[in-house]
Amino acid sequence: MKETPNLEYVDKLAEGDEAFRQKFIAILKEELPKEKIEYHDTIKSSLLQEASEHVHKIKHKLNVLGMHNAYTMAVQHENELRNGEQSFKEEFLSILNDVEHYLKTI
Amino acid sequence: MNCIIVDDEAAARAIVSQLCSKVPEINIMDEFDSAIDAIKFLNQYKVDVIFLDIHMPGFTGIDFIQTLKNPPKIVMTTSDTDFAIASYEYEAIVDYLVKPITHERFQKCVQKVKNSSVAKPQADASEEQENASGEDLYINIDRRLIKLKYAEILLIEAKGDYINIKTETKDYLVHTTLKKILEKLPEDRFLQIHRSFVINFNKIIDIEDNSVLIEKSVVPISRSNRPELMRRLNLL
Repeated sequence: MKETPNLEYVDKLAEGDEAFRQKFIAILKEELPKEKIEYHDTIKSSLLQEASEHVHKIKHKLNVLGMHNAYTMAVQHENELRNGEQSFKEEFLSILNDVEHYLKTI
Repeated sequence: MNCIIVDDEAAARAIVSQLCSKVPEINIMDEFDSAIDAIKFLNQYKVDVIFLDIHMPGFTGIDFIQTLKNPPKIVMTTSDTDFAIASYEYEAIVDYLVKPITHERFQKCVQKVKNSSVAKPQADASEEQENASGEDLYINIDRRLIKLKYAEILLIEAKGDYINIKTETKDYLVHTTLKKILEKLPEDRFLQIHRSFVINFNKIIDIEDNSVLIEKSVVPISRSNRPELMRRLNLL
């Protein structure tokens, strides 16, 4: 079953602090699309080591958004990229598209 | 406790900052997205605790710790549990937080920081005696003047506004230029062989056409510096 991003962790962290909540969501909205483009560009240019660095950054956000299965897959993808392989790239990009879409709705 | 946060990810810094805001004893002095900027800050201000991301591009958290002679208490933050073992090698590291960090785990971390005492390195009397012979150089790191023996230095590499002094045991990142440090080093022992490299002549293992092997480091020789290197070899 497909995972849905959520703000459970962020809300717990905020403890009702709406200013923090909004600030954090703004950071996610700003950082994730940029990181997605950077990831896509490095994959396209076969710069797999650099792509793994982008996956490293992105995977933390997947965890923050409660996407634990996606996080596990991202860890595998990061490791395989370091070894010159990219079998998870389509799946990873699809997750990024879902997260990007979700961030537009909040 | 005066703290700084070092992490290349804004989201990660925001999380640590929010967790710190719930602890009255903690004062966040500043946040940095690069270790280099944090080093500049540490050269100016006294910090009690650093929340430090291990995995940063270019200059990692571990590289950062290695440049600090007397580091404050350090709490490592990372997404990878694999780095935990490496972190135990450094006395300054008092805790290790795996992201995403929870309130409960952060509270435990604060207690650990409060209860910990980081041992300061003690000066060795015999070493002090030995170094009183004009065979050393003082470098300014983390507001401290650190004595390095010439004989310890393998090579020096320019890194932007910094130089990296590589010794047999440790690397030191110093805010200066190759030109300035060359003025302080004895000419008969140190030689610039490339725009970005100065080597300790006594540490050469072998020389190929366009590179020198210094311990395990291969250092390029530039065309313009090669004649002087060869001239020195003839002198030997």
